[in-house]
Amino acid sequence: MAALQTDVLVIGGGSTGAGVARDAAMRGLGTVLVERRDLADGTTGRFHGLLHSGGRYVVKDPPAARECVPENAILRRIAADCIEDTGGLFVTTPPDDPAYAEQFLAGCRATGVPVEELPVGEALQREPRLNPRISRAFLVPDAAIDPWKTVWACARSAQAYGARILTYHRVVDLVRSGDRVVGARLANDLTGEEVGVEAAVVVNASGAWAGQIARMAGCDVEIQPGKGIMIAMNHRLVQTVINRCKMPADGDILVPIRTVSVIGTTDVRVPDPDEAPVTQGEVEQMLDEGEVLVPGFRRARALRVWAGVRPLFQETKPGLVSDTRDVSRSHTLLDHARRDGVEGLLTITGGKTTTFRLMAEVTVDAVCEHLGVKRPCRTHEESLPGSQDGGHYWLGARLASREPVPRSEQIVCECELITRRKLEEAIDRRRTVNLDDIRRTLRLGMGPCQGGFCIYRATGILHARHGVDAETANGSLLSFLQERWKGVHPILYGDQLRQAHLDDWIFQGVLNVRELAR
Amino acid sequence: MSSVRETLDHCVKCTICETFCPYSKATPLFPGPKYVGPQAERFRGTEGSPDYSLDYCSGCGICTQVCPQGVKIAEINSQARAELWEERGIPLRNRIVARPSVTGALGTPVAPLANLTLRARPARWALERTLGIDRRAPLPRFAGRTFQAWARRRRGPQAASGTVAYFHGCSTNYYEPETGERVVELLEHNGFRVVVPRQGCCGLPLQSNGDFPAARRYASRLAATLDAAGEGAPIVSNSTSCSLMLKREALEILEVDDEALRRVSERTYDVCEFLLGLHERGELRTDFQPLPLTVPYHAPCQQRGHGIGKPALDLLALIPELRLVELDAACCGIAGTYGLKREKYEISMRVGEELFAQVRDAEPDLTACDSETCRWQITHGTGVPSVHPVELLHRAYGL
Ligand SMILES: Cc1cc2nc3c(=O)[nH]c(=O)nc-3n(C[C@H](O)[C@H](O)[C@H](O)COP(=O)(O)OP(=O)(O)OC[C@H]3O[C@@H](n4cnc5c(N)ncnc54)[C@H](O)[C@@H]3O)c2cc1C
Ligand code: SF4
Ligand code: SF4
Repeated sequence: MAALQTDVLVIGGGSTGAGVARDAAMRGLGTVLVERRDLADGTTGRFHGLLHSGGRYVVKDPPAARECVPENAILRRIAADCIEDTGGLFVTTPPDDPAYAEQFLAGCRATGVPVEELPVGEALQREPRLNPRISRAFLVPDAAIDPWKTVWACARSAQAYGARILTYHRVVDLVRSGDRVVGARLANDLTGEEVGVEAAVVVNASGAWAGQIARMAGCDVEIQPGKGIMIAMNHRLVQTVINRCKMPADGDILVPIRTVSVIGTTDVRVPDPDEAPVTQGEVEQMLDEGEVLVPGFRRARALRVWAGVRPLFQETKPGLVSDTRDVSRSHTLLDHARRDGVEGLLTITGGKTTTFRLMAEVTVDAVCEHLGVKRPCRTHEESLPGSQDGGHYWLGARLASREPVPRSEQIVCECELITRRKLEEAIDRRRTVNLDDIRRTLRLGMGPCQGGFCIYRATGILHARHGVDAETANGSLLSFLQERWKGVHPILYGDQLRQAHLDDWIFQGVLNVRELAR
Repeated sequence: MSSVRETLDHCVKCTICETFCPYSKATPLFPGPKYVGPQAERFRGTEGSPDYSLDYCSGCGICTQVCPQGVKIAEINSQARAELWEERGIPLRNRIVARPSVTGALGTPVAPLANLTLRARPARWALERTLGIDRRAPLPRFAGRTFQAWARRRRGPQAASGTVAYFHGCSTNYYEPETGERVVELLEHNGFRVVVPRQGCCGLPLQSNGDFPAARRYASRLAATLDAAGEGAPIVSNSTSCSLMLKREALEILEVDDEALRRVSERTYDVCEFLLGLHERGELRTDFQPLPLTVPYHAPCQQRGHGIGKPALDLLALIPELRLVELDAACCGIAGTYGLKREKYEISMRVGEELFAQVRDAEPDLTACDSETCRWQITHGTGVPSVHPVELLHRAYGL
């Protein structure tokens, strides 16, 4: 068994864990981050993509709104390249209680969320596809944030400060010595190898899985996994984040992010964070709500649907709350020494991606206290790798980068404009045979054809690289197709149904992939 | 709300449009209809279009015609091009070639001089250097008179069985007034009173050169004129691209929201479409004399965009002894003003080569084609004179 020693072991490679690892490494602590799958493959990679202004919470959960305000500003600075400055609108649509708008304005003022009312005509000029029957519109600094870019940038920064990042390493047990957690046993799920880590402090940042990890140390942490579904529409129906101006509910936000726009979300308690199926009823509900924001929404092409699981924690009444949206969106830091008499273990859970940096800061403050060191947090001062020049991501970037000689390179993924060179670089850099890892890195196969035209090309390129054998490459193809299919089959109607047919002819008819599965 | 943009959702990436686009085959600078249309459109946000290569789309519309899923590719490109120019500013050259009604009015009174100058080597060289209009490209000759002046003077026959309003377009007015005269005489021969309102440009060249605001103004002004003409009678046109503008493009691509335009769009007909309609109802005179000529016919891209088949073929087939050859090459390469431009002239000639070869193989006396710019290009590429189908009908009637 391989063994590692470190000051801090961080469990979970979502935005929270990556943020903690970066913060700890920047404060000079020896840091190891472990993630059972790929980075941002948990809730962070399945969220809605909204960098909250705080507007959503101003009435329902003012503390959460207050947290968003400075964090929004900080992330725009340090993670500029991960963020598209779309701005956000809160609009009162016909079914919404018009009285909420005043509460909303008062809430913004009380919590410090910057807000400006726009004349309806101006809002409609900015967003021509918006429901023309809106009665009020408010502009707030919402933005779109790319989860993979953000988490990877944090990880790279942490690595630059000496941290080790172990993906596909699953924590199978925490190691206790008396009242103290002293490390963890890991399984490398790619090689089957076991790895032991000794750590002075263990940070449990495993999101909706935090209860499972805490239980390994004998601590009882009740996480209510709250499932939410989202549907990505084929193109940007809007260019600004659109929120309904009403008490937060289901399907009331449309986020333009990268090449798509995403409608969401729902909130349903599920017993197991690894089982979050999408139901037909939820899909219909999203499409209906979409129709309220953008008339004709149902005619637009849906690309894919998926679910994420909120890590919601409530100490006082475990198991009693049925509507998980009533639980505060603010985070919770549990010091298990104080709470359960178990030393050396902290759990950071709840919160949201918008506040991940703050969550990391308070967590690492507590880690330092445990270790008896005093080092200030600097994560709000130093930009993430790739964001140093302060320029935000913009939608046309990939298109622009292919000018002025567009035909000079082969494009592998046509929908997301990924060239062969980019793909090969990513395969080399990630040292992976998993096409889904590449998808998260490059958005491979995330466009309208959902891999129909690029995945067989990518498989061939993968196969030619570093002696990846045919069986491995084919296996990767099959699991990619399987994964995409999961997201497509609940929304098979209209244009996407036609696409699925063509893709099916390609893979079953021409390539006979069924044979590969034997 | 843009219905054109929404059609990008129908794309299944089948690549059929790519295999038909004559321009992406002719130059590596143009990445093709699927790329610049439904694909690139997903990357066009609030900053306009960052892909300059889209300007190499000619707007010929072939991609839209062949797409089995109904993606309005050429229209998406056209709208994106307008955004591109809105940001970069429209070059002077594009502004000039986009205003045939202005250049026509300026050139007509000084036609001999203008024609001489436009054919002189040093002048063409200067035009190329200053404006980027290729010195080899086919420029029309000013006729030195206008069709409007002829129409003003003309007194048609008193007795008429019906009325049509005639939309002649800029080229007929300034460069080929004789084609307009043929149209009027031919319609009168078939018993119609022909109303010719004073009219301006439809805005199409402005649209294809990316100046949408100006194009909208021209289109609306023309729609108002035509709406008032002929009391709801059919509007007939011999310019297939300008009539397509009225029928569809101004509404779809420019998104002109105008009741008069909607009314006009519903009563506008290509002249061959109109005549074939008469024939189908048994109302067309068929007293044609034999014309023993070999005439290859090219249906221009914009004509095909009407979705009316090729009525000229059926009409010309009525002429005894005419040896009609249907050409199936996609495009002559001129695409309005595309082939005039220095950076595009050679592409345009490469595109046209297949058509030119077909024309040469037919050993023709004349060629027939419905669009004026295409006729100039075909003559430029083959040396064979090219006429509008109405010219042949007019001759066969012996008018
Ligand atoms: C539907 C939905 C929409 C949302 N939308 C937004 C939004 O628009 N804006 C916003 O700011 N927030 C949003 N959130 C909230 C936000 O996404 C989450 O709060 C945040 O992503 C949680 O990050 P995390 O790192 O704590 O958890 P995760 O990202 O889930 O990370 C935990 C990681 O732990 C790993 N793990 C689990 N068990 C083990 C183990 N045994 N060993 C090793 N690793 C393990 C998991 O694989 C996972 O990657 C949304 C949440 C949901 C559910
Ligand atoms: S022909 Fe139509 S569906 Fe096929 S690739 Fe082109 S735009 Fe897409
Ligand atoms: S309009 Fe013509 S040139 Fe432009 S993409 Fe379509 S087929 Fe090609």
